[in-house]
Amino acid sequence: MSHTLFDKLWDNHRVISLDSGEDLIAIDRVFLHERTGSVTLESIVESGRKPRNPEYVFVTMDHIVSNKADRDRDDARTPSGNIFITATREAAKKTGINLIDVLDADQGIVHVISPELGIAQPGLTLVCPDSHTCSQGALGALVWGIGSTDAEHAIVTGTMRVKKPPQMRISVSGTLGAGVTAKDLALHIIAKYGAAGAKRCAVEYAGEGVEALSIEERLTLCNMAVEFAAFTAIIAPDGTTFEYLKGKRYAPDDALWGKAIDHWKTLQTDMGATFDYDYIIDAKEIKPTVTWGTSPAQAVAIDAVIPESADVKALAYMNVNAGIKLSELKIGGAFIGSCTNSRISDLRAAAEILKGRTVADGIMAICVPGSMAVRREAEAEGLDKIFKKAGFEWGASGCAFCFYAGGETFAPGTRVISSTNRNFEGRQGPSVRTHLASPAVVAASAITGKITAPNEVTS
Amino acid sequence: MKSVSKTGLSDGMFAGQRYLNDRIENPVFILNQEIYRGASILLSGKNFGCGSSREHAVWAMKEYGFRAVIAESFGEIFYNNCVRNGILCVQLDSTAIASLGDIVTIDLPLQRVDETPFEISLGDKKMLVEGLDGIDLTLQNETEISAHFANDRVIRPWAY
Repeated sequence: MSHTLFDKLWDNHRVISLDSGEDLIAIDRVFLHERTGSVTLESIVESGRKPRNPEYVFVTMDHIVSNKADRDRDDARTPSGNIFITATREAAKKTGINLIDVLDADQGIVHVISPELGIAQPGLTLVCPDSHTCSQGALGALVWGIGSTDAEHAIVTGTMRVKKPPQMRISVSGTLGAGVTAKDLALHIIAKYGAAGAKRCAVEYAGEGVEALSIEERLTLCNMAVEFAAFTAIIAPDGTTFEYLKGKRYAPDDALWGKAIDHWKTLQTDMGATFDYDYIIDAKEIKPTVTWGTSPAQAVAIDAVIPESADVKALAYMNVNAGIKLSELKIGGAFIGSCTNSRISDLRAAAEILKGRTVADGIMAICVPGSMAVRREAEAEGLDKIFKKAGFEWGASGCAFCFYAGGETFAPGTRVISSTNRNFEGRQGPSVRTHLASPAVVAASAITGKITAPNEVTS
Repeated sequence: MKSVSKTGLSDGMFAGQRYLNDRIENPVFILNQEIYRGASILLSGKNFGCGSSREHAVWAMKEYGFRAVIAESFGEIFYNNCVRNGILCVQLDSTAIASLGDIVTIDLPLQRVDETPFEISLGDKKMLVEGLDGIDLTLQNETEISAHFANDRVIRPWAY
């Protein structure tokens, strides 16, 4: 019988099938962050229950932490946000789970540090009370986003009760052209299929175009699957995956490495396996893509015009008109960061454009590396100097300007070009207008002061 | 979302539309009109609760007094969070929703909104009808869970 990759991971982890139509799925790892994990951990403490395996539960501080370079361990980026930090720290200690605290060398955004530390691995199940948990499917792990109460259930019982989702495969034929990134591919897919287009499917990304991506690019691609209503995303592990994981802190050690690889090589979709939806996309069709509206699905190629069919409410909020080119739009803010695009390859791509150039007058520009490890690596390569010389603030890692939670942000009405994943009304602040794009597009736009394709700056 | 607690959130529910500045009620917003104030059933459109994993949205609605949401479709994580917290999410098409009046009766055991039937998974229905604590329910299968991990440890020792 032919099985998909997702079938195999599901079957490997099914404890039993329940009368309710759900399956009881064994959960190998739980990763929390202080924003939604604090209430989970406190609830466990209050209930008198214990984590089944505290050694397989991790918590980081990313959503609310200050991004100032000289932050103290309780400093939040929002008024009274420090309560999330201190509550998480206290409850983490009481429950005995792995705490990655604000000032720890390993600190960073959950979906950046989990791969970085080798916590996300092929064939593991991992859940996190965060929408963008799907990112980690890039490592060939079975992962998904859940709520705080479900996280408590996963930590105490070691399982989740879940109805198996339908499955979709999106194969990318050919490889992405020069200057076209995984972010553009992700935005292209959401625009093509719509904000509900994945229909709660587990989406496997496959094909030549996906196999050619680095792990960091795969993380970017999988990150945005939730934005078209996928249950999750997954990419079959391959040589690229094994090479990435070798030697990482939580990766299998030498003694078990060979055994792990033998198992991981079986984690592929069989020839002849069927999906509920099976699509092919031509990589050649994809160009640098930018959103114009208030949904990630409202995006066009950077050299295209906003469609006539554009939703009027979105047009009004974003203060744009149908028929105009994105490249006509002046920006007031630029942000490079978030679990979508804040890894070393993202910073290198932006730095290549910023080198020897400065941002246009009046642009508020910030770069927040996705983890302190990324930040250190960037500094070793001199990237921080390039960013600062260009006029970018250089932050300490965390979610930062991805979402507004009451602290410092762009002024109301500012048009911001951002390497993040959501452009909902008010996402980056009251009346702030968010355009999603790749780090290279953000960098190029910051320099010209208008939404700009990278090759316009470098040529 | 300024506190770690599951309570004290109902003031923030739909705040953007519910209030003018300084938390003064917006008289035009539907929930501030006397006939709808304190409603226990919410009607909506497509993809209600889209993209959010924040269970706080559900806790706020529950504290306000909502016991059910009827919509054309729901964000997945939001839907599950509702089930965990005893709020029923009913999926109906737009015509059926448009035909509902100001007073609506939902019969969960019979799966009906007034006379219109609705679908719900057995598992979700059981949790809502019986008001079960998910953890206690799952721990009834402790033997099977332990057996699974003991077996898996042999197959995938690097994961342990």
